[in-house]
This record gives sequence, structure tokens and C-alpha cells, in this order.
Amino acid sequence: MAEPEPTAQDKGRGLRRRKFLTFLVAAPTLTVAGRFGFDALTEASALPSPPALEDIADLGDAIRLASMPTTHLMVLEVTEDTTIRFELPRLEVGQGISTAIAMMVAEELDARIDDVNVELSDSRPELHFNQITAASTGVRILWDPVRRMAADARARLINAAANQWGLSAEELTTQDSTVRAPDGRTLSYGELAVAAREESSTGSKLKDAAEYTTIGTPVSRTDARDIVTGKALYAMDLPIEGALPTVVARPPTINGTVESVDDTKAKSMPGVVAVTTIPSGVAVSAETFYEALQARDALEITWGAGPIDGMSDADIRAKLKSTSQPLAAPKLRGSHLDATFDFAFVNHAPMEVESAAASVPGDGTAEVWMPSQTAIWAQGVIAGELGLNRDDVTVHVTRAGGSFGRRLFADVGIEAARVSQAIGRPVKLMRTRQDDMKHGRMRPAYHQKIRASYAAGEVLSFEHRVTGVTLDFDHGLGEALTSTLAQVAEGGAGQYYFTSSQSMPYHVGAVSQTLQEVQLGIPTSSFRSVYSGTVRAAEEVVMDELAEKMGKDPVEFRRKVVKTSSGKAVLTKAAEAAGWGKDMPAGHAQGVGYHAEYRSHAACVVDIDATDPANPRVTKAVLAVDVGRVVNPKGLEAQIMGSTMDGIATVLRAGIHIDNGAVRENSYGDYLWTKHADAPVTCEVHIIPATWNPGGAGELALPAAAGAVANAYARATGTRPRSFPINH
Amino acid sequence: MPKKHKFSVNGKRVEVDADANMPLLWVLRDKLGVTGPKYGCGVGVCRTCTSHLDGEEIQPCVVPVGECKNKEVTTIEGLANGDDMHPVQQAWIDADVGQCGFCQPGQIMAAVSLLQRKAKPTDADIDAIENMCRCGTYPRLRAAIKEVAGMPMDPPGNGKPPQGPPEDTPPNDRGQGGSGQRPGGQQGKPADGTSTDGEQSGDKESGGLFDGIGSAFGG
Repeated sequence: MAEPEPTAQDKGRGLRRRKFLTFLVAAPTLTVAGRFGFDALTEASALPSPPALEDIADLGDAIRLASMPTTHLMVLEVTEDTTIRFELPRLEVGQGISTAIAMMVAEELDARIDDVNVELSDSRPELHFNQITAASTGVRILWDPVRRMAADARARLINAAANQWGLSAEELTTQDSTVRAPDGRTLSYGELAVAAREESSTGSKLKDAAEYTTIGTPVSRTDARDIVTGKALYAMDLPIEGALPTVVARPPTINGTVESVDDTKAKSMPGVVAVTTIPSGVAVSAETFYEALQARDALEITWGAGPIDGMSDADIRAKLKSTSQPLAAPKLRGSHLDATFDFAFVNHAPMEVESAAASVPGDGTAEVWMPSQTAIWAQGVIAGELGLNRDDVTVHVTRAGGSFGRRLFADVGIEAARVSQAIGRPVKLMRTRQDDMKHGRMRPAYHQKIRASYAAGEVLSFEHRVTGVTLDFDHGLGEALTSTLAQVAEGGAGQYYFTSSQSMPYHVGAVSQTLQEVQLGIPTSSFRSVYSGTVRAAEEVVMDELAEKMGKDPVEFRRKVVKTSSGKAVLTKAAEAAGWGKDMPAGHAQGVGYHAEYRSHAACVVDIDATDPANPRVTKAVLAVDVGRVVNPKGLEAQIMGSTMDGIATVLRAGIHIDNGAVRENSYGDYLWTKHADAPVTCEVHIIPATWNPGGAGELALPAAAGAVANAYARATGTRPRSFPINH
Repeated sequence: MPKKHKFSVNGKRVEVDADANMPLLWVLRDKLGVTGPKYGCGVGVCRTCTSHLDGEEIQPCVVPVGECKNKEVTTIEGLANGDDMHPVQQAWIDADVGQCGFCQPGQIMAAVSLLQRKAKPTDADIDAIENMCRCGTYPRLRAAIKEVAGMPMDPPGNGKPPQGPPEDTPPNDRGQGGSGQRPGGQQGKPADGTSTDGEQSGDKESGGLFDGIGSAFGG
């Protein structure tokens, strides 16, 4: 049989390995979305709250349904050297999706995990909604289709071996990337790859969970060795021939404009190749980043005003406050609790600054290398900016040095492509850290009002009015259709995202959660946990204060009103493991928080040392989680720890200031994210075993941890935190 | 004014034409193709680029190349001895420390420096490490350091002295072993005005731009 020609895409990536078995499996059976519905109330005194939209079909369910029709277009290959290659239409940002997928493939294929090679797919518009990395949906959505693909591959390899040996498929077994006959003969998957192309997947069957040998076991990241040896390559590390280091002089205020440029001096400086004015600033391309930065500083630019010039934090806060709708629930004397919260802007600040390489050679095509959570959408918007056909633009997805929601947009990809198009040379464009702080997208600032009424030891109503700077959802679900819908939707796409992600996990009577947004022209992007990072944190603070008003223990109160048995279980486990209620010295305290989303549950108990209220430290964090079936406990633990650190940072110290239309912070020196000295010395993650399909986990712990930290601080200091970060 | 600077990188003698004020980070990345040290802030606060100069921890983003004369620079690429991981690298793998991985070369170089100064660091010593990790891997970073505490800390690359010419690999190609991964020497060879002793950049097998890149993407 003739060897198949490499695809154009393979040629572009320099992949010339011979490949034989490529699976384009049939669309998987539509499966009903995970758990919903509620456990029966176990406590008679809780006033039931009706389900919200999120309880019935959340954002992850929507993305899963949207991605269903194209899951069969994903690519799994077995090559003659027994390399099993899966093209992952997602971004690896550190969340461990590559490792989890490799484990699923290895499990259902009975392959050695070292033989499984998960690569990040280039942008593939034909995948439509199935190339977005968001909403903690990676494992949740790919769990079924990836396992089915691998099971089909295994069946075809077995059938090929059965033919070759003249045995029946039922007699054969598979292990360690080989098919085995009862008499001890073996054939490697590589040896069978050619023949298996012609085989059907008759007999394909998913394993019973009891048979798992890889899924559910702790597996280290498949790229761990690359990481520790410096071989893991990010966008700015790629050896793209002739790509000129490029930086951009940016305006002094957010979204300011370029009015005029004198680049005479800059152009005469060593190493400088080109100076290009683009909408966001003035780009300098040079032989090295050092020379580009030196010349950038020599540019003489007259800047125009940005949309919020003259506005500072107090103005923004006042604007949000005046826009906020009044609370509607009637005040019943002596039995209501009103609380108002403010949250500062938060910069994602991933360690890898926003960066992209681009080659726009002038022949109607473009290539862009960037870490993108929305590769298809990025491809479309870059093509639009360049005036090229979408299909003539390729976005090569590179691993990301963190994201936390920042890489949902293609801002630097667009900048790099514009500069490359203008100068006719490939470029690698990097934001400096200061650029990233001062002009990077942020989690919006919020003003939130809560009124809870209660009587006779039970909560009767819980009203939450959320008002924030508009959160930009122009990326939609990562492709054109939903992007367009997001931009034209009445009231903004935020309303849909809000209602499909927010619900109250407790029975607290009549519940109302609403969102209002104020468009100020400030660049924003979803931040890990999106709305829940502030909304649920505020609610957890109120839950503690309600418990206090009603003379109840915060853990016992939550256990009594939490809607699900999973919620009760994680609260119980976290409290037990943390020694809830233990004696602590003055200035020290424990705090609890709980969150349910993505069909998962997390409870967090922290110990805080706030003897110096201006410099508190979380000394210990204990988490208990139920995320359904766990693919990789090691990866899950890492995500829970990481999102806990984000909860600590955003509640205690990390916030952005806006002064006269500009971000005050410059770098990690004045943007005080958690460092070693701020991190808990002990961080325990307890996983409650569960057998239902995996839920989401990457963002899960942030709201629970944020609530726990705020509550611990309140108990340790005797204060009622209302403005976050507390030490801003 | 550009001038020639002679020093060693990961055991290889190099000579670089550059402004004496050019930070070592950009000399490594843009002139020598040594991309293990990452840019994170450019002002020495995030410490993502942490490497060693004559065995002392430095942040190459704030060390001018002019201060490196005749000194030995060790980056993450020079830590292992061939395929044999340095004990700190092995501890990182065992504890599965990395998430996005971007800061980990710097974290490892900082931990090696700490452990060379103090074989059994206390929690307070670990707290004093200022390297940022935005993924929040701190609990595992702490566990990995404690795991390797007290073990003999061989110098990077097992202490092999800098080697003179002839050389047959560029400084970033040490310890490649059989991984098949060729790190990003810019354009496969140093930029103009730069030479590694013995020249030759390991691009003779040529291939496409992205040969072997899959393994760096988590495969």
C-alpha cells in the first residue's frame, strides 16, 4: 500500500513521520449532561431555593453540546514506530490537559503512556465550537470522545492482528502498545498500523472503570522533563527564521492613541530595522530585544487621550455604585443583613507576557504562533485585520506560560501580524511586563450589594445585585458565530454567561442574582472563575455573617443548607481534616468557604495569622473536592492548589489601581501577587472518590478559597471585610 | 559602543559582539539562542530568568554582559549532566512541580543556589526565595526543596570545567541526550557578530522549523 502523503499542515510543521492509521471516528453518542437535580432536603429547617439555569444546563453543558457535532474530526494517529499522536484542539496553559488526554488515550488503547504524544492543534475552523479552552471544560468535554476514539483504535489493531494470525479477535489481548496471542506471540501497534487502516472497529468497547490501570492513578506531567531542563518552548523561544524582536511603545493611559511620531533618532540606533505605527502604539523591530527596547525609548510620540483619561478608582467605584440597581427585598426589622462589597481590577499577570510571532510574507497568507485559548476565533480576527481570507491564515498554538483567561483574546497576535505585514519580515512581538500591567486586559472591578433576610433560624431570601465594568466576551465560544452574537446581544453576552455560570449552592429561600455592566472602554477578559471569583466570594462572606447573626457555627450552618450531598461531604471532610474549631492564639483564626460549579464541589478551610492585619498570612489551607471521576489525581491536586493561591492573592493583596486613566502598577514589585513568603506552608487537598463523569476543576477552588480567606481574616481581626483586596 | 565579550556559557567559551550594557538575558536569548532563561519582568523582581554567574545566583535581565568577562554563566540548560538530571531537577520531576513551567527554570536555579548555601533550608529560608510562580506551585516547590535537602549538591553539569575549542555543539545543546528536542538556537545558529568556539550549530540535520517540537508541547 502506498504511503499517504503528508498533509500540508504536517509539512508546515516539519513533521515528516510516516503515519498509517488515522482515525476519524463517527460522532459519539450524545450523552446526557452530568448530574443535576438535587438531593432531598435532609434538614427540615432549610427553606428550599429553586434551581437556577446553571443548575440545569451550565456554560460547560452549552459548550459540550456545541462541540458534539465536530468531535469526530479530532485526529488520533498510530504510526509504524508505535507513536500514538493526538492533535489536541485546546491550549495547554499549565492545567495539565495534555497529560490527562494522554492518560485517557493510553488507558483505552492499552498503550504505554510514553508512546502517546499529545500535540496542540493548529487553528481548525472546521471544528467550530470545539477549539476553545475555557470554563473548565477540557476534561469534562473530551472525556467521552477521546476515550471512544482510543477504544476504536484498539479494536482495529486487534482485528488486524486477528487477521494476521488467523485467530479470532476475542482470543487476543492488548497491553503496553502490543496485541498478544494466547500462545505468547506479540505484535506492536506500530507493526499493525498499516493493516489496521483497513480494519473496522467491530468489537470496540469502552473499559469498565474497574479495569482502569492509568485513569485515576497519579501521573506526573508528560512534559515534566522538558520543563526542568529548559526545553519547553514558548512562543518567544521558537526558532522562526529571521523573526525580528519587536516591542511597542504604548500610550501613557489605557487605550490612548498615537497622534504623531518622530522616529528619526530611533531609526538611527544600532540594530533597528523598522518602526511601524499600529493602532495600539508604535512598534520597533530590531535585531535583538535589547536594541528594540533602547530604540523604543528614543521615540518621540505625541499621544491622544484614552477613553477613561481623568478617571481614577474612586470615580469608577462611584460610577458602578450609581448604576447599581437598588435592593428590592423588603426590609424586615431586625431580621435582615445588608452588605456592600467592592472589588478592584485584577491583572491576570501570567509569567509569560503576552507574545506572538507572525510571518505575513505578502503572498496573501499569514502564519501566527501564539498561545491562544480561541485559535479559530483568533484566526478569523487576524485575517480580518490583515484583509486576508480566513483560510489563508494559520494560527499555530504554542504552549502558554500561564493564562488565567488572558489568552482568550488575540491582541498581540493582531499586533504582530500587522507589523509583519507592514515591514514584510517575520516578527516576534513581546509585551514588556510593564506593557502587560498597564495595557493588559483585567478582571473587571465590581460593586456588589447583598441583602439576606432571615427569621427563626432560617434564611428567607438572598438577593445579590452585581454591578461591574463590562466583561469582554467578544471571543464568543471561540469562533465567528457566537462572537458575532456576543457583540450584538441585548445587554451584552455577559448576561448569558452570568446566568449560565451563577447559582446559589444553598437552600436560602428566594434567591435573586443579577448582573449589570457599565461600558468604560477598559480592556477586560474573563479571569479564572470568571464571575464566581467575586460573586461567590461575597456570598460566602455573607453566609458567615448570617451564621453569626443566627448564632450558628459557619460550617454547621453550611452543612445544613447546602443543596447537595457532595457539598455536604466536602464541607465535612475539609472541616475534619483542618481541625475546625481548634483553639488558636489571638490574631489567628480559621475560615471556611464553599463553591459548586462545573458539576464539581470544593470546600476550603484556611488558618490565617493576622496578628499584623496589614500583613496577614494564610499559614495552612485544607481543601476537599468532589469533581466526579478523577483522571489524574496529581494534576487535580495541582489545579486545586493553584486556584487556592489565586483566592489568597485576590482577597489579601493583589489588586490594580487606576489613576487618571492609567494603571498604577508596573510589575510584580508593586502588583503584590502571592510569593513563597505569602503561600501557606501546608496545603492539603482531599479528593472525595466519585464515579460519575468528570466535572471541571481548573477554576473550582478559587471562590471557595477566596471566601475562606476573607472569613478567616474577619474572624482573626474582628472586622467585616468589604473591599478587596483587603490590603490594597 | 559594541565590543567583544568573552565568557563561558554552560561550559562552552563564547565571544559576543554587544553593547557592554546589554543585559545578559538578551545576549543569551537573542545572540546565543539559549532560551531556558525567560523574560518575565526585565527589572529583577520576578526572577524567572534566574541563572548562575561563577556559581552565584543572578538575574540575567539586570546583569550587563560587560560584567561577565571571563566568567562562567550557567543556565538551566547547563544543570544536568547529559541525560543525568541534577538532584534538584529530579526532585522537581518527582514532585511534579511544574504547571505552565515558565518560571521553573528560574525556580530550580534559585533552589540549587539556596541548597548550595544551606544544605538543609528551613521554611523561613524557603520563604526568602523571591521567585514568582503565577500558577501557585509553591506547596510543591517547598516539598521538592525539602525532599532534596541534605543531598550533596554537585555543581551544575557535575562540575566539568569549561571546555575550550574545538567544540562541536553550541552552548545550549549540552545534555540533549536522546530526547530529539533541539532547543531554539535562533535560526539554528548565532546571530551575526557572535561565535561559539568551534562554531557549528547542530542544524545539519536541518529538517523543518518544528522538528521535534511536539515533545515540548506536552507529548
